Amino acid sequence: MRWGEIIRRLVLIPPTLFGVAVIVFVLLRVVPGDPIAMMIPPGATPADITRLRAFYGLDQPILQQFVTWFGQVLNGDFGRSISVHQGVFELVLARLPATLELALLALLIAVGLGLIAALIGIHLRGRRMEWLVDIGIGVLLAVPDFLWALILLLLLGVLIPLLPISGRIDPQLDISFHSNFYLVESLLTGRFDVADALLHHMILPALALALPFAALVARILKTSLAEAEDQDYAQIARARGFSRPEILLREVFPNALIPTVALGGVQATLLLGGTVLVERIFSYEGIGNMAIDAVINRDFPLIQGLVLTFAVLFIALNLAVDLVVTLLDPRLRHG
Amino acid sequence: MTPALFIQGLRVTIGAGTSAANVLRGVSLELQPGEVRGLVGESGAGKSMLGRAVLGLLPANAAIAAGRIAFEGRDLLAMREPERRSLLGRRIALIPQDPMTSLNPVKRIGAQVAILLRHHLASSRRAALQRAAELLAEVAIREPERVLGLYPHEISGGMRQRVLIAMAFACDPSLVIADEPTTALDVTVQRQVLQLVERLRQRHGAAVLFVTHDLGVVAKICRTMTVLHAGRVLEEGETAHVLARPGHPYTRALLAATPRADRPAEALRPVPPSLIENLWSEAHQFDRLAAAGPA
Ligand SMILES: Nc1ncnc2c1ncn2[C@@H]1O[C@H](COP(=O)(O)OP(=O)(O)OP(=O)(O)O)[C@@H](O)[C@H]1O
Ligand SMILES: [Mg+2]
Repeated sequence: MRWGEIIRRLVLIPPTLFGVAVIVFVLLRVVPGDPIAMMIPPGATPADITRLRAFYGLDQPILQQFVTWFGQVLNGDFGRSISVHQGVFELVLARLPATLELALLALLIAVGLGLIAALIGIHLRGRRMEWLVDIGIGVLLAVPDFLWALILLLLLGVLIPLLPISGRIDPQLDISFHSNFYLVESLLTGRFDVADALLHHMILPALALALPFAALVARILKTSLAEAEDQDYAQIARARGFSRPEILLREVFPNALIPTVALGGVQATLLLGGTVLVERIFSYEGIGNMAIDAVINRDFPLIQGLVLTFAVLFIALNLAVDLVVTLLDPRLRHG
Repeated sequence: MTPALFIQGLRVTIGAGTSAANVLRGVSLELQPGEVRGLVGESGAGKSMLGRAVLGLLPANAAIAAGRIAFEGRDLLAMREPERRSLLGRRIALIPQDPMTSLNPVKRIGAQVAILLRHHLASSRRAALQRAAELLAEVAIREPERVLGLYPHEISGGMRQRVLIAMAFACDPSLVIADEPTTALDVTVQRQVLQLVERLRQRHGAAVLFVTHDLGVVAKICRTMTVLHAGRVLEEGETAHVLARPGHPYTRALLAATPRADRPAEALRPVPPSLIENLWSEAHQFDRLAAAGPA
């Protein structure tokens, strides 16, 4: 039953991506502003502009433009960036690892913090101190990631300058990498000094992304733990002589994990989306930061490529969540 | 002989301050080793609260205000937590009411039975699983090895209740508290489950406190019975005596409401409040008598 559902979701991916492509493509061209206006040198004649528009195919009807572009995409050609003059695919591929590493680090921090907060909260359940945990979670949830980015930047970057506030690695360090997964690569090859330098740069943006999400994880997990602890099977475990920590760990946690992954996993798309502003604030060279440049320059092909990339990431994330939930819940594993 | 279970003057309140309500108002009750006692009474009488008090499962807002609960002469309420936990699940077991919600939905049957044996008997993983299969066979589950690998949703309600019964008797308890263990099952399954409880009780020699609405069941498997009403014991004694000559109008009403083959059931008539007052004062006397009895 559940596997069937996952196959259904796989089948739906191509039409979804097509829909996203259409919407972005049309919106970009309907909204005022185009790449040519952003790139013309002062003193260009209207004839120059017309020539440039024709050069990039922007004089064609939108449908014609779409068919041309989409035909190329189907052949794996995402076009060339207008502002950077490089292939969109290569550009995105070069920057994507930076964003993936940042998002993954943020996710790990968020899950770790959320887990600790939820466990403290459930430990204090029914006592007065439980309020403190709930208030803490509420505060973390109320402040969005980009605001955390500014707060952290001012606090730990400027006021008490403990950490670097921009870029992915110190520019004066001349280090070569084989891939663009700098952190993963340096960890795998045992270059821990490099990994340390990378982490120093990543920790603030990752924390900004992680804090609201950690609060979300904590809230969902704490609620789910409390709910599961009230179920008969957990109560009966008490009457069988198990201690509360044993019951929470063995009976309650595996059950509470299911709604936490299901709800929290879907919400992780927020964390991915958050990379756009947070990368910008910390001048971190990922696709989020690149997306803002692309929008400023009205770089249509690059924007299209980036939006499709984000769409693929979101879909992959949702699919992964479904898969994990199915693995966690035997009641869904059938047929 | 030391009773398997000795409850004296047990008072349980729910809520705090002015909204506090007495759900048990000085209940005394005794179970000799191997005795099966039926605990009957209408809904809300406090039957489950009594069982929960023994098992340490009272809701968070409930408190034991007075009384004593002793298991084989050991005071359960004064006992330290680790000692109490080593008794619960091993010497004192529970057969729950609802088999659909009483097993952990994400764990295999085998793991759920085995953890109990490993916890209380310090069995190895393999020995625990092997013993689990034997226990399932003992409750007439066919292909026990296969069932060990299944999840609760993959077996029927009756089968789940049999698993729960197997778990109750897994560590050879001397006291079993069964809170309406057949209410959630259909009639034919009910009978099988009752037979099973009776057989296992005989084999293990456990005392059973059998909570039920069903006087027919009490007549069949309980040698003694206690009638609870509004948190008080109204009547208790040999089942045959109580059922043949119910001393209290309330018990008579309860009996009259039980369908029998030879006559249709009457609706349970509400007992007039004045009568209840009388019953309570009589129950008081009973409690005092019980309190003066063996400790
Ligand atoms: N969690 C609770 N909070 C407040 N009151 C409760 C709670 N649980 C039970 N009660 C009250 O305690 C009294 C005794 O309840 P109990 O569950 O022991 O009744 P019972 O005899 O087992 O009834 P039934 O036959 O319906 O199972 C009832 O009046 C009930 O309303
Ligand atoms: Mg009950």
